[in-house]
Amino acid sequence: MATEQEVIHIAGLADVGINTEELATFTHQFNAILEYFDILDRVSGDTAVTRDRYNVMREDVVEPSLPQEDVLRNAAAQEDGFIKAPRVM
Amino acid sequence: MGVHEITFEPDDRYNAFLTTCRKAPHGQGKLTGVAVAVKDNISTRGIETTCASKILKGYVPPYDAYVVELLRQSGAAIVGKTNMDEFGMGTTTENSAFGPTLNPCDTGRVPGGSSGGSAAAIAAGMVRMALGTDTGGSIRCPAAFCGIVGLKPTYGRVSRYGLIAYANSLEQIGPMGRTVTDVSTLMGVIAGHDRRDSTSHNKPYTHTLKAGIKGLKIGIPQEYFGAGVDPKVAAVVNKAIGRLEELGATTVPCNIPSMEYALAAYYVTCTCEASSNLARFDGVRYGPAADLKKSWHEAFRDVRRAGFGTEVRRRIMLGTYALSSGYYGKYYAKAQIARENVKKDFARIFSEVDVIAGPTMPTIAFKLGEKSDPLSMYLTDILTVPANLAGIPAISVPCGKAEGMPIGLQIMGRPHEDELIIDVAYTYEQAVT
Amino acid sequence: MTEGQVIVGLEVHCQLDTKSKLFCGCSTDYRSDAPNTHVCPVCLGLPGAMPVLNKRSIEYAMRVAKALNCSVLAESEFSRKNYFYPDLDKAYQITQYDKPLAEGGYLEIESDEGGEKRIRITRIHVEEDPGRLVHMGTTEQGKYSLVDYNRAGIPLIEIVSEPDMRSPKEARKFLNKLRATLEYLSVFDSEKEGSLRVDANISIKGSERVEVKNISSYKGVEKALLFEITRQKSLLRRGQKVDRETRHYLEARGVTQSSRSKEQEHDYRYFPEPDLRPLHVQSWVDGIVLPELPDARRERFIAQYGCSLNHARTLTGELRLANFFETIVAADPRGLSTLADTWIADTLIGELNYRNMSIDTVDAAGFTELLTLLKTGIITDKSGIEVLRVMLDQRLSNQSCETPPAIVDRLNLRKGSFAASAQSGAECHPVVDPIRTSITEVLMEHPVAVEDFRKGKKGAFNFLIGQLMKKTRGCADPGELNRLLTEELTKKEV
Repeated sequence: MATEQEVIHIAGLADVGINTEELATFTHQFNAILEYFDILDRVSGDTAVTRDRYNVMREDVVEPSLPQEDVLRNAAAQEDGFIKAPRVM
Repeated sequence: MGVHEITFEPDDRYNAFLTTCRKAPHGQGKLTGVAVAVKDNISTRGIETTCASKILKGYVPPYDAYVVELLRQSGAAIVGKTNMDEFGMGTTTENSAFGPTLNPCDTGRVPGGSSGGSAAAIAAGMVRMALGTDTGGSIRCPAAFCGIVGLKPTYGRVSRYGLIAYANSLEQIGPMGRTVTDVSTLMGVIAGHDRRDSTSHNKPYTHTLKAGIKGLKIGIPQEYFGAGVDPKVAAVVNKAIGRLEELGATTVPCNIPSMEYALAAYYVTCTCEASSNLARFDGVRYGPAADLKKSWHEAFRDVRRAGFGTEVRRRIMLGTYALSSGYYGKYYAKAQIARENVKKDFARIFSEVDVIAGPTMPTIAFKLGEKSDPLSMYLTDILTVPANLAGIPAISVPCGKAEGMPIGLQIMGRPHEDELIIDVAYTYEQAVT
Repeated sequence: MTEGQVIVGLEVHCQLDTKSKLFCGCSTDYRSDAPNTHVCPVCLGLPGAMPVLNKRSIEYAMRVAKALNCSVLAESEFSRKNYFYPDLDKAYQITQYDKPLAEGGYLEIESDEGGEKRIRITRIHVEEDPGRLVHMGTTEQGKYSLVDYNRAGIPLIEIVSEPDMRSPKEARKFLNKLRATLEYLSVFDSEKEGSLRVDANISIKGSERVEVKNISSYKGVEKALLFEITRQKSLLRRGQKVDRETRHYLEARGVTQSSRSKEQEHDYRYFPEPDLRPLHVQSWVDGIVLPELPDARRERFIAQYGCSLNHARTLTGELRLANFFETIVAADPRGLSTLADTWIADTLIGELNYRNMSIDTVDAAGFTELLTLLKTGIITDKSGIEVLRVMLDQRLSNQSCETPPAIVDRLNLRKGSFAASAQSGAECHPVVDPIRTSITEVLMEHPVAVEDFRKGKKGAFNFLIGQLMKKTRGCADPGELNRLLTEELTKKEV
């Protein structure tokens, strides 16, 4: 089962953040669900999954791209056609 | 395309719509001028698409989902985007960031989810047809709770291009309507191959409805009438199945042993896929702005903590945990084996029967706020998730009431036999109307 | 392996030369265009967009697999590699994880000891390129990044080697051979900027392994490895440990730097990409007909044109160079081969590298004319070099290009314009006069040197000879110059 520390770690991995107020309840509910998932330990069967379709591909043909305005339209910040993002350390 | 438009000014006291198109343009075709509502996780060019989440508030897609292109080509008028559980995660539409939708049959109760807005819009008479999506029951549950018809097509029959993904291997866009005819008509517009969706099958829907089920063999799974199902619901559904027998069908009891872990397999799969699908929401290309004064890691985290609701964050974390180093074999890999077992169970049953019938939901619609514990909420999906795990078609058609609330009869069929289960539903509907 | 032995493995990422991107129809020809103009919902990662695999990228990757003697898997599939970074718009990269396209092959290179050596290939897989980040701002708080997604979704082939290389030189050879092979297969264009990136794994036997990421030039690889090996050996010599870590190569400073602070957890949470279907392409291998590859072409050059092993290696080491050579000698293989192979391998390449020019910029007809002038003895080798330099410089500065004969005439480089046939004992040849004129000029221009010569300073004569050679631009016979200068100098004795 996950400790509160692990829950914080997972929240970090997923970049979702977790507030200190909700941590205890969240961890409790989280673990109840994980415990429910344990039933899968009893599952046995073939690891090879039946695949009904393969090789779905397209030809190497160029198609029109979006106009630059459409690409930038929903971006909060842009500069000279680039999309602005927070700094990378 | 013509330059016609219809005026759409519904009395939306149920909060069914997030966006309403008061003047809805339309062209010519099979559905000329027919008002259709579209669930807000389906991309519509030029119309805000939010998945009922703050993290997509203001997002206006520059492209249409394939089904929306098809709707436009058919002449339909897209009159609005309907409310839903945030990103499809929920069974009641209470997880919407913009307030729950109320059930028109009883505004103190939920309409079901996650396509609660579409169902309510139809039940309230605002539209006859709407698009919903079904990942673990999200079309069938609200159809049952609101007393309308909803179909989850065979996986791959309807393109997912433009559907904002929650769980790619499980979900389908599907038709919801006042009657089976409405659902069948809408299915005819949206089904078919899309080369932009690699999981899309080449199976258009060109079916003419046929009533008549003489000789039909219906499997009745023991698990669908077991401990977790409200006896009042079971009774109503049994009566409906009795009606089908009167119409010439025979019933065969059957078992789905894999039901024991089907729900766990479902929630592992959908949370894992969701954790990856929702990672792109960081406020850079769309959504509320990332704070450029922070470093990227901090900025992303803050956007996501503020933009995602609690249930969404929970599922993202469950999925992240299940996929994290060392756990893949225990969770995701096992869940896929479990799915294979569910498929095998259905295949075995379908070698002896033509369709399977049972209740859509184990209870009638809950009261608003009734289910606050997440796990107990998940458990209500138990009767709908098997069809998603196996990729088979499933339809819910109204079959009576208990405590004044509608109940749905669920009919499941073999892969690609959507036509058959629709005919069964049609036959039943015609017989009882 | 001996203690202290260097162990190197490489992961090479090359952009496949398809017309459209790996999972969408956006054009791959983005380099000269404005940012975010080669983007669609799919490669921008807009919610709801879905990938569709480009068939040619798999065909190309399979050519590589076959050329590198790899086995193509019966079933391969794509997976998601999940991590957050501003240039990764879906926050996952579609790549191949536990079921790559091909495994287990090799590439032969010339080993450090001479002779051939096999570098084993662990695996080959296909994946998409992320976008491109530009870093802006100067103050700590004022920094931000600008993102261009034109590159997002470009198909990459990743070729992973076993740690079979034992020196930076071997690594360079591997990389060059790999690059040449990919060009011969017509799946890769090494001239395109940023089309090749390398991650290197280096360790000294007995110590931890260090990964150096994102080296983006061929020269960079050898330099990065040299630096890193020096750094590691120096740590070990001082009795310190080498930490197992990831480092970045900083091209401008020629150093590697620890990147621990930059990276998030390395938990990529791989799982199969649910929007793509698996590949069953093992049967395609038989249908692939490989073109002549570098080794075969090298052997053919030796057999067909009489090239030496070294020259053949150099000439076939780059597709364009090999093609250039064969274009040149096509008109007259017997007559031009020897000359062409030396002049291209020994001279032309050096001159091109010096000017950072590509072989593509050399006019084949012009070069053939130059070789003909040399073959027929109209100019000396030294003049030949000068003509070549003029041709290249003119091309480099975009001037109109003169033909080699025109250059020879303009610069008066004909062998016959100086004392070429003086040895034959002909009477005072008019051509001798220009030498005497040059001598007079040199003596007039350098009175100090003449004075020094008179004083008996040894270096003075050589200095004057040097000036004279410059003036006659190597067209005169050095022995002749020596004799005539001595004559002039002694004549002037007061």
